[in-house]
Amino acid sequence: MEKLLELDNIHVSFQTYGGEVKAVRGVSFTLDKGESLAIVGESGSGKSVTSKSIMRLLPNKIGSIKQGSIKFQGKDLAKASERDMEKIRGAEISMIFQDPMTSLNPTMTIGKQIMEGLRKHQNMSKSEAKERAVNLLKLVGIPNPELRVDEYPHQFSGGMRQRVVIAIALSCNPKVLIADEPTTALDVTIQAQILDLMRDLQDKTGTAIILITHDLGVVANLAQRVAVMYGGMIVETGTVDEIFYKPKHPYTWGLLASMPKLNAESKELLAIPGTPPDLMNPPKGCPFAARCPYAMEVCLENMPEATDVSSSHKAACWLLDERAPKVEPPEEALVGGAR
Amino acid sequence: MLRYITQRILYMLLTLLVIATITFFLMKLLPGSPFNNQDKLTETQRYALNEKYGLNDPVPVQYINYITKLAQGDLGYTFQFDGRTVNSLIVNGMGPSATVGFEALLFGTIVGLLLGILAALRHNTFLDYGAMVIAVFGIAIPSFVFAGLLQYYIGVKLEWLPVAFWNGPEYHILPAFSLSVGVIATVARFMRTEMLEILGTDYILMARSKGVSKSSVIFKHSVRNSLIPIVTILGPMAIGLITGSLVIENIFAIPGIGEQFVKAIQVNDYPVIMGTTIFYSFLIVAIILIVDILYGIIDPRIRVAGGKS
Repeated sequence: MEKLLELDNIHVSFQTYGGEVKAVRGVSFTLDKGESLAIVGESGSGKSVTSKSIMRLLPNKIGSIKQGSIKFQGKDLAKASERDMEKIRGAEISMIFQDPMTSLNPTMTIGKQIMEGLRKHQNMSKSEAKERAVNLLKLVGIPNPELRVDEYPHQFSGGMRQRVVIAIALSCNPKVLIADEPTTALDVTIQAQILDLMRDLQDKTGTAIILITHDLGVVANLAQRVAVMYGGMIVETGTVDEIFYKPKHPYTWGLLASMPKLNAESKELLAIPGTPPDLMNPPKGCPFAARCPYAMEVCLENMPEATDVSSSHKAACWLLDERAPKVEPPEEALVGGAR
Repeated sequence: MLRYITQRILYMLLTLLVIATITFFLMKLLPGSPFNNQDKLTETQRYALNEKYGLNDPVPVQYINYITKLAQGDLGYTFQFDGRTVNSLIVNGMGPSATVGFEALLFGTIVGLLLGILAALRHNTFLDYGAMVIAVFGIAIPSFVFAGLLQYYIGVKLEWLPVAFWNGPEYHILPAFSLSVGVIATVARFMRTEMLEILGTDYILMARSKGVSKSSVIFKHSVRNSLIPIVTILGPMAIGLITGSLVIENIFAIPGIGEQFVKAIQVNDYPVIMGTTIFYSFLIVAIILIVDILYGIIDPRIRVAGGKS
């Protein structure tokens, strides 16, 4: 498969009054054409920052890519000029944001907001762009698109707005779609609809998707591959099956264990004790060591290398070292009783 | 929408009636009467004058008479000049007053918007701090202090512009500028805060993620939305200009309504006091109504709410 996007050892830092926050510390992954990759992790693990740095939409002045490259179709986006990025944003790579209630401009009609990208990237005339906007609204399942195109965001419900945001993101047939928690702000029935829509559109357009989420249910629904992030690093990557059925990293075990299950005997919802590391002074060793029930001395001192479990499955954990004791994942981390 | 406006106009008239009533009785509490400090008048002459202007009637009767005439748009006769109506005084004075006020509002809003936008775009730089220091001075120092300083330095010392009076375009600059300083300061501060907030919203990030150019993001998405609160404060600001012009017109000896008003109070010219007060009140309620309608035009969310009511 052809590599569409390749992140190599990306480091992102924020300058704050308290000092430098190292939000992303050496993230590498690849994305193939038409593939969907999920990046999962809890708040503050660096997943959104990673996605914003691909778009180069980090907050000006305070956030910057310190190191590493982002190769997109052979071009390094980490070093691209603002002008070049304007041509790529929306046309080649586009983004869906978390909260549809705030991601549309309240004083601009839906149609104009869809047309903006079309007019800029595809040199369409006003009438062509409007026609395309109506078609896009139809595509994402908005009834009466000819009428709705001239309405304002406040006349749409949350789920409808997210459909509009998806229509905007897909308007110029981008090669990569970054969806930053696209369903988090929606209620459950709407979540399912939006996920269905995204999967359906991916089938039709062949767009590759980077899905950022903390909801493993969403991952199972949409993704083919998963990268688990913690403390600004990717701790485990693999196919959906590998991550759900053969997880190797204790943090992944914790994530899976804390997922509510319908058939669980215990009524208690499990949580991973402790809090994520302070990224102003990140730990020397494994970022998860402080919360890991299996932590060894070496974990506190040295960062484990990513170890190949299979050709598609990698995990960065000292437990995978041949000298480490053999540890089995806890009962709660097993999905559907698989072993 | 039409129903909404009609309703608003009815409320406006009610407000004006209340203001007229309060002013009328407050004025009656002022010490003295229009003709009692003119020593040359005999008792009989004074009585005759009071009789002519209806001042011998009991106060409630005077009130009823006044309101009846007011309802017909007649503000009565001035006591100062024989036979001149208050309406004609106001019409004559309105030209200079409106000119100065409008010039100050226009100039102040434009300069204030530019300063505010620049300060927001260059957030936390020297330009930002500089603009905000100017704004604080502009708000803290009253317009008449600026007026005095400008008259002295630019009018008297440098002799670049006339110190006072109203004889041509160059006479407008100093009074309009003194009046606009407060407007510049207020608009700049509001615009900066609002722009900063909007530049940080999700929809700006979304617009950038569409590949929209920087200038488009600033003007189409940020500035327009930042204007909403500016329109809100434009009303109170225009009112501030009207009251501010009372003092400025006196300092620069501009033959406007403000000057008439101050003179009228000094000589107990009841109809002129009443007339100018009601005229000012009318302007203020009218401005508030216009601002509310403008608000709906800029912000579609309010347009819908207004349409339904």
